[in-house]
Amino acid sequence: MRHLTLAVLFAFAGLLLYGIGHVPERGARESPPNAVESPVGSPNAANYYIENAYVDAETPNMVTVTLADYRGFDTLGETVVVFTAGMGCALVLRRSRR
Amino acid sequence: MRDYYDDRIVALSARLVTPFIQLFALYVVFHGHYSPGGGFQGGAMLAASFLLIRLSIGTAAAQSQFRRSWGTPVSSIGSLVFLGTGLIVLFYGFNFLDYAGLPFSGSEPELRNAGILAIELGVAVAVAATLTSIYDDLVGEPLGPLAGGLDEATEVAEADQVEGPERDEERGDG
Repeated sequence: MRHLTLAVLFAFAGLLLYGIGHVPERGARESPPNAVESPVGSPNAANYYIENAYVDAETPNMVTVTLADYRGFDTLGETVVVFTAGMGCALVLRRSRR
Repeated sequence: MRDYYDDRIVALSARLVTPFIQLFALYVVFHGHYSPGGGFQGGAMLAASFLLIRLSIGTAAAQSQFRRSWGTPVSSIGSLVFLGTGLIVLFYGFNFLDYAGLPFSGSEPELRNAGILAIELGVAVAVAATLTSIYDDLVGEPLGPLAGGLDEATEVAEADQVEGPERDEERGDG
């Protein structure tokens, strides 16, 4: 059983290492995430963010611009999730004073 | 049962480190425009500084730093700052969370910059208060000599100075 586990682990590691060799170069224009157009022909959002983050918000950190501006609604949802977790804990665990 | 680590070295170290953690947390929040960081990370660090004090000197004595009763209202205020920033621009004819419609003077990029800062602050406040309130709910009502809150804590501390080391007898049920 132990040998089987080891064999599966090494096979998985080999699969991952094999996959690394096929990852496109960082920032390569021809890789699908960086393409200007998706395979279907619609414009790709990521390229727009990279090119216009500083122009739109004068903020050098484009991750912040994406999180807080372009994807602001998503971040609002995340905050509400954290807030809801707190409210759930309060509802279940907090004893009432009465 | 007590909810803190009763040791003078631990308490002193925690009190020494906490202001620096809080300063760095504020740096992470306000420098999120220029470096990795932002509301979530800074808020989590702020909550860590609150929890460090709670763990080292006890929830009851930590009330002067961040009260148990503040958790729910402050986290609500943080979430409402975020939501309010999104809603204000609606009244000026812009889309939800489109910071270009904020009612301040300035160019559009400057307004977006300010809007990002506003919501990061809201997120930081909400996350810090929520994490602290979750810890408080899990621990429950503070026990021990300082369970009566800040006023009684001061009284107990003063009594300790007068009467000497008799704290262990008073630590029973609070």
